[in-house]
Amino acid sequence: MENKQPPFIPARVEFLSGIKAELPLLIGVVPFGMIYGVLALTAGIPPAAAQAMSAIVFAGSSQFVLAQLIAVGVPGLVLIMTAGVVNLRHALYSASVAPFLKQLKPLWKWLLAYLLTDEAYAVSITHYAEEGAQSGVGNKHWFFLGAGLALWSSWQLSTALGIFLGTQVPESWSLDFTLALTFIALVVPGLKDRPTTAAALAAGICAVWFAGLPYKLGLVAAAMVGIVVGMILEVRQ
Amino acid sequence: MNVWLIMLVTGLITYGIRLSMIVLYGKQEMPLRLQQALRFVPPAVLSAIISPEILLPGGNLNASLENPRLVAGVLAAFVAWRTKNVFLTIVIGMSTLLILQNLFR
Repeated sequence: MENKQPPFIPARVEFLSGIKAELPLLIGVVPFGMIYGVLALTAGIPPAAAQAMSAIVFAGSSQFVLAQLIAVGVPGLVLIMTAGVVNLRHALYSASVAPFLKQLKPLWKWLLAYLLTDEAYAVSITHYAEEGAQSGVGNKHWFFLGAGLALWSSWQLSTALGIFLGTQVPESWSLDFTLALTFIALVVPGLKDRPTTAAALAAGICAVWFAGLPYKLGLVAAAMVGIVVGMILEVRQ
Repeated sequence: MNVWLIMLVTGLITYGIRLSMIVLYGKQEMPLRLQQALRFVPPAVLSAIISPEILLPGGNLNASLENPRLVAGVLAAFVAWRTKNVFLTIVIGMSTLLILQNLFR
């Protein structure tokens, strides 16, 4: 009865549950990928480059920013900096999953780092946090891989669909809103205590307040404020 | 600058950011405070992405009921809170937005 080992789950089962956990999110991701495809073409990016960007950069919001800025003719260095800042939040994700990946072989780490998107991170970190999974034990990296690959393939396919359909996707469909909705679905159920809720509120308010900051710095700055507010409240409790 | 070059450099930077802490971890002890802070990463980052999307349609602050994105977003948040169902949240949020947009046109 003293057995505290988590139950052994085969890699295949973890992999499939990862895919399954990611599926509902794809309803939000696929329209977003399609809009990216449309937007990239409108920005004058050649179809092949637009498609390749989804594999090489593989980060929705920075791909959006890149396409928008390319359309306006912003200099290359500014483009790269801005996209880099938009992706800075991934450093936080990276730090957050790191303890769970520490036992893995380098090849696994390199692969999972490539698949570390908002959506794959969100479901995987929830899965890691379940029943106090001890860092790096078990097959949970297969779950991460399943979630990551499910997102990756649908991102590539939806980009292709967007490029193919081109301007046939009218702006009035507001498909870009699916991204916000996906994130709402991910955040709200996690707001279980006051520090977490306060962190979310503070970050949300600051993001609107800081929206005018150059190079999209507002996102990272707002997230930092949220994290600090959460920590202050937690220490007080 | 060439689009391909921009893309490659951005891709490398993005990958570097994603890999950074994963490979650095264990090389040096992570301070306890930092470990505690990581719990707030998902709510803080995702909220910072969501709120401008619903409160700043077209770049201008609109916190009134006439902002369909705000109404749809709040309703979606309610659905997410009660059901914890991603599919339902997206479908209801999206339908609300489309209905409101067509009503006010």
